[in-house]
Amino acid sequence: MSESATTTLVQRVQERFPGALMDHREFRGDLTLLVDAGRLLEVARFIKEDPQLGFTYLLYNTAVDWPARQPRFDVVWEVRNLRSGTRVRLKAQAAMPDCRVPSLTSVWPAANWHERETYDLLGIRFDGHPDLRRLLMPDTWEGHPLRKDYVSFGEPVIFSDQKLEGLEPDAIRG
Amino acid sequence: MELNMGPQHPSTHGVLRVKLKLDGEVARDAECDIGYLHTGFEKSFEDKTYTQGITFSDRMDYLAPPINNVGFVMAVEKLMEIEVPPRAQAIRVMMMELARIGSHALWLGTTGLDLGVYSGFFYAWRDREKILDLNEAYSGVRMMTSFTRVGGVAWDLPDGWLEELQRLLDVLPSRIDDYEGLFTRNPIWLERTKGLGVLTAEEAIEWGVTGPVLRASGVDYDVRKAFPYCGYEQYDFEVPVGTAGDSYERYLMRILEMRESIRILQQAIRTIPGGPVQSNDRKVALPPRTELSTSMEAVIHHFRLVSEGFKGPVGEVYAFVESPRGELGYYLVSDGTNKPYRMKVRPPSFCNLQAIGKMVQGRLVADVVAILGSIDIILGDVDR
Amino acid sequence: MGELGVRSRPFVTGRAAGPTPLNALGDNLFTTTLDKVINWGRAGAIWPALFGLACCAIEMMGTVGPRHDLSRFGSELFRASPRQADLMIVAGRVSIKMAPVLRQIYDQMPEPKWVIAMGACASCAGMFNNYAIVQSVDKIVPVDIYVPGCPPRPEALIDAVIKLQRKIKGLPLVPR
Repeated sequence: MSESATTTLVQRVQERFPGALMDHREFRGDLTLLVDAGRLLEVARFIKEDPQLGFTYLLYNTAVDWPARQPRFDVVWEVRNLRSGTRVRLKAQAAMPDCRVPSLTSVWPAANWHERETYDLLGIRFDGHPDLRRLLMPDTWEGHPLRKDYVSFGEPVIFSDQKLEGLEPDAIRG
Repeated sequence: MELNMGPQHPSTHGVLRVKLKLDGEVARDAECDIGYLHTGFEKSFEDKTYTQGITFSDRMDYLAPPINNVGFVMAVEKLMEIEVPPRAQAIRVMMMELARIGSHALWLGTTGLDLGVYSGFFYAWRDREKILDLNEAYSGVRMMTSFTRVGGVAWDLPDGWLEELQRLLDVLPSRIDDYEGLFTRNPIWLERTKGLGVLTAEEAIEWGVTGPVLRASGVDYDVRKAFPYCGYEQYDFEVPVGTAGDSYERYLMRILEMRESIRILQQAIRTIPGGPVQSNDRKVALPPRTELSTSMEAVIHHFRLVSEGFKGPVGEVYAFVESPRGELGYYLVSDGTNKPYRMKVRPPSFCNLQAIGKMVQGRLVADVVAILGSIDIILGDVDR
Repeated sequence: MGELGVRSRPFVTGRAAGPTPLNALGDNLFTTTLDKVINWGRAGAIWPALFGLACCAIEMMGTVGPRHDLSRFGSELFRASPRQADLMIVAGRVSIKMAPVLRQIYDQMPEPKWVIAMGACASCAGMFNNYAIVQSVDKIVPVDIYVPGCPPRPEALIDAVIKLQRKIKGLPLVPR
């Protein structure tokens, strides 16, 4: 985003919602706004519906797990303005044990499946989501695979000089 | 009534389960149950170095693997601010456009198969095989090329590759005429696709749809034109945009895109510059093999790059490319180590598939198959 | 008489692959010759069930395509319904959610049936040693032929089908 467009956006959000914008950062041309989770819904609606901003197009939603930090999760939505081509990343933080953030499906309907996937793989609960259930993993799965403390391997690798104690191959045959 | 188009189904283009709510023969809603091909790519990326991750990225959108490769390394190059030499960019463009033609040809064949056109499948594969031959001549593998590296491409073009490509390009326009002859004015095809699965421009934007589906609905947005990458700004090509937003328009978009890809390829062959195919930034690019026999430092460098990889700065970026299905994006979060901390893939098919509920309302069951085919989803992308 | 039980694997003495009413008659010149004919018939027209999951499915389509034509070897059609198929080519990675479906489709196939695990993911989970992929499809269904490759070339799949045909006829897999 250009310098002036960035400052305009940040200023307008700060004027309209004083205190909601906790931080903003520009890295490699991408602007990220860190918004307080309680005010997220109104900020999102503003940047979509305001005629000068018009970020109508949701690209994706995901979360990043920082287990050593409190709050633990950074929940990210990235949106684009199709007319000017600019992009902005909205970030909210979710803390253990609840991990709740508001759902933005009422602002961008496209967020529906993205938020379901984030819930499925990372365990973030989205308040106000019409249908929050697992998307990619089986419904009865326990655990959230993309969290950093979820150990993921299908089978430990056994080399030929190691013994197979306790690791008999499954005997489903015939 | 609820009808289950189960995960094993000839027309779901992979393992997709669609729960159709029917009212007699008319569909009221289609709910997709996905995850039958969930492979844990994003988790796998987190414990592989950047170069190892390239081989994983092939297998997501497995109909156009070169495009996945380019998107992946673009994210890393954006993060580390690495320049790619122009010859490497031209090679990337050529491989991507070939992949685009191959993917659209396969789409045409399989969607035709869904609707009963058996011969289209064989026509499409005849041409796709030549494209796979070119892939193999360049990278050694027919499909999963993994030909990019951070900072360029892995190898230079072999001798005679450009001539072979030119021979293919001489023949392709008449092949596409063959496809058009089979489909475009075919009354059965028109009957089964015209006016079906209409998605208006507002709905498409609301549901986050990209690619030929979005363009058929009238929104002129193609990443190659809007945010040129890999030197696309130097090629002269058009982006077809439709108006009606139905399945027939989506088919037309893809045919026209194939023709535009041929144009880009012709220009790329004529204008490909000489020069290196890897960046000379020694932090990420392997030293040339000739140096390995004379310089000890080069050997150590090579060893460390291959075994450990290189470290990126702390930060997050989003890089995106135009895949045959839409905008394929990679959101990369790095914590300063040699592996991505979080690599999220923004898959075009996942986003396009959300809109299916809107598109099938009020259509017959048989039309659901046609509409699903026209969106062009690939389950490797949807489920990752 | 125990021969009338379920045996879906042929074995090298050349007995008929799968149960036939003739099994009850025991081993004699008549039945072993007839077995050879039955095996020849079974091997000559193996119809695969459509079970393409991921990237290997694309190469499987390539095998059916005009350059490498699988129907030359008897696999004229891929049947969508497992009840009409006798070969299941598991082409692609099997995720945890898909595993019960795989087993159900396998169970729905009538005897005699065979399974080819196509590709590295079906044979041993390939490059995906993680929570989401079943580590080899032979944990769920018995496999007759494993085809390595990621994805295997169409020629490799044709080789697998030819080896399967030899297995059905009771011949050694590699001609001596």
